[in-house]
Amino acid sequence: MTALLSLSGLTKAYPGVIANDDVSFEIGPGEIHALLGENGAGKSTLVKMIYGLVRPDSGTMMLHGEPYAPPEPRAARASGVAMVFQHFSLFDALTVAENIALGMENAPDTADLTQRIIEVSSKYGLTIDPYRMVGDLSAGERQRVEIVRCLLQNPKMLIMDEPTSVLTPQEVEVLFKTLRLLSDEGTSILYISHKLDEIKALCEHATILRRGKVVGTCIPKDETAKSMAEMMVGSKLRTPKKHNTKHGAALLELHNLWLKSSDPFGTSLKEITFNLHEGEVLGVGGVAGNGQDELMLAISGEELTVSHSIQLKGEDIGQLGPNPRRERGLLTAPEERLGHAAAPDMSLSENAFLTGAMRQNLTNNGMIRTEATKQFARDIIEQFDVRTPGTENTARSLSGGNLQKFVIGREILQEPDVFVVNQPTWGVDAAAAADIRHALLKLAKNGAAVLVISQDLDELMEISDNIAILSEGTLSKPRPAEGITIEQIGLMMGGTEVENV
Amino acid sequence: MFKLERRPTPSNAMVILTPVLAVVLTMIAGGILFAILGKNPFEAIRIIFWDPLFNEVVASYTRPQLLIKAAPLITIALGLSFGYRANIWNIGAEGQFIMGAVAGGAVGLAFYPTESVLIFPLMVLAGAVGGFLWAMIPAFLKIKFNANEILVSLMLVYVAINFLGAMVTGPLRSPVGMNFPVSRNFNEYASAYNGELIANTGLHMGVFVTLAVVIVSYILLKQHIFGFQVRTAGQSPRAAKFSGVNPNVTIAICLGISGGLAGMAGLFEVTGPAGKLSTNFPLGYGFTAIIVAFLGRLNPIGILFAGLLMALTYIGGELAQFQLSVPAASVQVFQGMLLFFMLAVEILVNFRIRFKKKEVA
Repeated sequence: MTALLSLSGLTKAYPGVIANDDVSFEIGPGEIHALLGENGAGKSTLVKMIYGLVRPDSGTMMLHGEPYAPPEPRAARASGVAMVFQHFSLFDALTVAENIALGMENAPDTADLTQRIIEVSSKYGLTIDPYRMVGDLSAGERQRVEIVRCLLQNPKMLIMDEPTSVLTPQEVEVLFKTLRLLSDEGTSILYISHKLDEIKALCEHATILRRGKVVGTCIPKDETAKSMAEMMVGSKLRTPKKHNTKHGAALLELHNLWLKSSDPFGTSLKEITFNLHEGEVLGVGGVAGNGQDELMLAISGEELTVSHSIQLKGEDIGQLGPNPRRERGLLTAPEERLGHAAAPDMSLSENAFLTGAMRQNLTNNGMIRTEATKQFARDIIEQFDVRTPGTENTARSLSGGNLQKFVIGREILQEPDVFVVNQPTWGVDAAAAADIRHALLKLAKNGAAVLVISQDLDELMEISDNIAILSEGTLSKPRPAEGITIEQIGLMMGGTEVENV
Repeated sequence: MFKLERRPTPSNAMVILTPVLAVVLTMIAGGILFAILGKNPFEAIRIIFWDPLFNEVVASYTRPQLLIKAAPLITIALGLSFGYRANIWNIGAEGQFIMGAVAGGAVGLAFYPTESVLIFPLMVLAGAVGGFLWAMIPAFLKIKFNANEILVSLMLVYVAINFLGAMVTGPLRSPVGMNFPVSRNFNEYASAYNGELIANTGLHMGVFVTLAVVIVSYILLKQHIFGFQVRTAGQSPRAAKFSGVNPNVTIAICLGISGGLAGMAGLFEVTGPAGKLSTNFPLGYGFTAIIVAFLGRLNPIGILFAGLLMALTYIGGELAQFQLSVPAASVQVFQGMLLFFMLAVEILVNFRIRFKKKEVA
């Protein structure tokens, strides 16, 4: 069997870093091939070269046994290589069909296109209505639009970058069915994901990258998620352990919180009520866009609410801004690392100052205590194993996982009584994710109350004592994590109330 | 061909080099412009950039002028730089400058002919308050209705110009001015006169205040939490809000500072170099200060040098006007080019140019 796509000796260097170093592997026709690696291992650069967005410094690619060197994505598509990006490029205010037509080189007229969209979507089980506005679609449906857009061009090879990060478990099942069907028809799939269980379930082969080099290949079915993760990071992983201590008094209480979203495409919060206790880890699951950001803003104090709807240690704080809440022991870490939790072009010490100024006592009559600030940044870097040349590097220069460790470390070192974090390990490699989860559990063990908002159900099951689901701005009643199944959570995420299970 | 490539971290060398590069490019482009006008470009450049400082014939007049012209430019630009760092675009410093001069001048004239050492400080205060209040109009409208401060502050310049006109033809018209639209001359009123402190140096009170403002701005920006908040608000508004910076307070403070400083500069100008309120009083310092702020890269020390350089182009431009009889507009073209090149080369701070080799397919 000749390979559909074979890469040999691909190398690409950026100033200061070799993103890909002599990468070679092959993908057969109809094969589902996983590309594994930590953040910054060079996965993105590699697929960008295959898709014609980046040109290799050296090395060659062969497609169908012929030299293949796409100068731009259009050429890649013409050769039958299609890609579904992690972040969708769709216009909210256009219909599905209009969006698909925009992405095509010579789009047929609307009636024809609509017909073909219906054909393709029903053939592959990707239910979408071509006339609907994209702005009204869920993340899973948007992804289907992207996939259908690719399939309309009859690709020989489909690249998928982190496709399941925005999907419910049920939607993931649908996606996998589609991908298997495509594979049976001879379309090869290059599948990039952090979720090792999914790779085990879906992929036939896996190539593992570390620091730009191929460090191994494996057959995922024969491996465990842990063994693959260890290949990625090149060392043993520690598995965080829950400490089921007795929970103490309620520290953070939300009573009937309503918040109208300030974002026109956001989700308003309705009647959010829960108590968070000393030593407790409460996991809030749900698909992104169901009010997670709004809940975060309400708790951090960036959005103000009715004063008594949020209470910290019995005190009404709904009308207090972020700094008074920090002063009282409530610290938060928002989802978006660059631009929200950290200022991209500012140095790490400035970013340490960003939220640490008050509790770490980093000012003196308004003057910044530069040396103390640097020391605080150094402490974070050392204690949370942030890999960076120093405190004066910009936040932007760190990889996602390292910056996330910095952001989480910055808050944990300030010894919060209540810590609220949104997507603590989103887009973070396995080793960093394990470290972060470990740190969160340790914090709870020492008596803090921890609220973790996450889309990653495995993560929530792993670290939470109680789990609640946020769906269309409403929070389900927290239930003990023990004994709950992924299926039940999936149903709750879809908005179904699970009563007697 | 070449392409731009993002630098991993902004280049510190380029932060310093870009203003120099902009000046050089302006000289080249300006030289070409003069050549097209039929003048010797080298002579023109020498007259503008060299003669005001070192030509023995004119320097005794032009050197003091340098400080007189630079002081208001620097003071206003420093005020603007805070807002610009926070993405708050006060384009109406000219209006705040005029309102400061009118308010401060009116307070002084109200006391005429009483003599007291308290009058001048009171006028300075009134000038700052006048500019501050004028800047509070766009601030209020932005906070309350999200009105664009660029448009509002700019439009208020023309309101201020007309207000000045109304004042000097009405309540503030000089009783001894033969009905010309001018106020009383401040150099005839000792308590309100901002004269040279040392003869023939150009050093008046405003110059010292400017120096003080440079130092205070530098400390605020580099060492104080306020400077940090302003920078964060500009670079990353959501991170700033997360860290507890109230965006509305930032808007009010930034516009307030720039308005207050522009108003104070207006007061020093009207009571000293200009000498009186008149319809000829607005010289465009408020607009030129925008160029100064950018040329100085919003850095207080940079603004100090940029203000001196811009003052030089004013004086040198005047020299070129009567020595080479180039049109008056050529100075403005020069200043415009300086801003243009400054904004163009600024990209080199965050990007570097890569020359592509021929690709082998």
